[in-house]
Amino acid sequence: MMQVPVETDRGVAVRLNSLHKAFGDVTVIDDLTLDIAPGEFLAILGPSGCGKSTLLRVIAGLTGFDRGTVHRQPSPTRSQTAFVFQDAHLLPWLTVRENAALPLELLGLAPAARLERASRVLAEVGLSDVESRYPSQLSGGMRMRVSLARALVTEPRLLLLDEPFAALDEITRFRLEIRLRDLWLERGMTTILVTHSITEAAFLANRAVVLTRRGCHIRLDRRLALPQERDNQLRLGAPFADEMKRLLAAMEEED
Amino acid sequence: MTLRKTIAAATPFVVLTLAVEALVRAGIIRAFLVPPPSAIFETIVRDWPELFAALLKTSEGAVLGFVLSSLTGVAIAIFLSSSRAIQDAFYPYAVFFQTVPIIAIAPLLVIWFGYGVRTVIASAFIASIFPVIANTLNGILSTDPALRDLFRLYGASPAVTLWKLRVPAALPQILTGLRIAGGLAVIGAIVGEFLGGQGLGSVIDIARTQQRTDKVFAAVLLASFLGLALFGLINLLSRLALRSWHVSEQD
Repeated sequence: MMQVPVETDRGVAVRLNSLHKAFGDVTVIDDLTLDIAPGEFLAILGPSGCGKSTLLRVIAGLTGFDRGTVHRQPSPTRSQTAFVFQDAHLLPWLTVRENAALPLELLGLAPAARLERASRVLAEVGLSDVESRYPSQLSGGMRMRVSLARALVTEPRLLLLDEPFAALDEITRFRLEIRLRDLWLERGMTTILVTHSITEAAFLANRAVVLTRRGCHIRLDRRLALPQERDNQLRLGAPFADEMKRLLAAMEEED
Repeated sequence: MTLRKTIAAATPFVVLTLAVEALVRAGIIRAFLVPPPSAIFETIVRDWPELFAALLKTSEGAVLGFVLSSLTGVAIAIFLSSSRAIQDAFYPYAVFFQTVPIIAIAPLLVIWFGYGVRTVIASAFIASIFPVIANTLNGILSTDPALRDLFRLYGASPAVTLWKLRVPAALPQILTGLRIAGGLAVIGAIVGEFLGGQGLGSVIDIARTQQRTDKVFAAVLLASFLGLALFGLINLLSRLALRSWHVSEQD
């Protein structure tokens, strides 16, 4: 049974057309065309070093490109794009709450309003009781949740995740994946996850794209036949194993 | 510092002092080359008013020179960090401060600033500014690229990025620079006083001409204590400032 993707007005549609990007002589993205629907949860899978992180940075507007077009519809304002990095990257001299409020501070919101919103989003990731601690006092998983809260505090329409849970232990990762999936269901923002973990892509996304090692060509583009509501039980079932098998086969193909 | 650490740090000093005392008394080291520690102690007690006044003078010159070089050094580093071209143009001149021997330009300082505390401050300033510039600049330039991206994503201007990210992120390196600068400022002040000021430097210089090695050692000892005190003060400041950064800074 094919799942209908959740498409909402709270997300941004991203359309990449004949995108080309090179660093010097090395072509990283070679003629990539990809449509991402508003509110979609897309996982981009690829071997390490295939340029998927660069692709995410191009979508974020953090890196330029050489040819082609990147359309975002509606064009997101500064507050509507959020980026989560591989590590938490928090400011060690700010409290958890101030870290979560940082984007609002940079966007010019008054202290009372931004701290109130930071508290609310910290509650959503289950960190209310450590609000006034400093990052050095938190575990790796908690730091990553602060990073996630910081990304969500502006209520973005486009959430970009660059292997956000790669450094965490498996149990913490499973827990955060469930939380992230729930947050996406509640908020409906377009979410693009770059990862080399097949389990993570299958568990989180509604659609997965597998890229080749060289040039970011699309080898597989598939809507995952999995339910919207997901928990750890899903990981043990046949439908999940079936999706894993397909993604794994695509990942193992030679260029 | 814990009691255990204090005892550990004091032990070599006590052992060395007792050893020197014994060697001098046994006639193995001649007393006019190295006075026995007991004689140095006697000199400190006897000449305390003079030595203490000199210590205050040197402290004034060293601390003012240090404060001046800290503020100017950080400001220069921020200026240098603004562009690659500015760094290429001006950084070599900052290196000049490190490579020029302070003793060689001290006579010039006396000509420029006259005989007195201004020369001493200038000497302490020149001796101590380079590590502040080098460490601050290094800190500012090594800001986490991901955090710079984050600031860019939310449209932060270069000025906002500088004040809210790059300078605070450089704080550990800035404090490392200040720690080095503190000791150098004391050396600079003493050199300045050799030629153009009053304080422990001039006490050392006069005692030297009188062959009073006991007094030279007494002044040197006080100068080291001044350096240690400054170092301790900067460490304390560093612990307070970086309290939230490292769990290790909290115990």
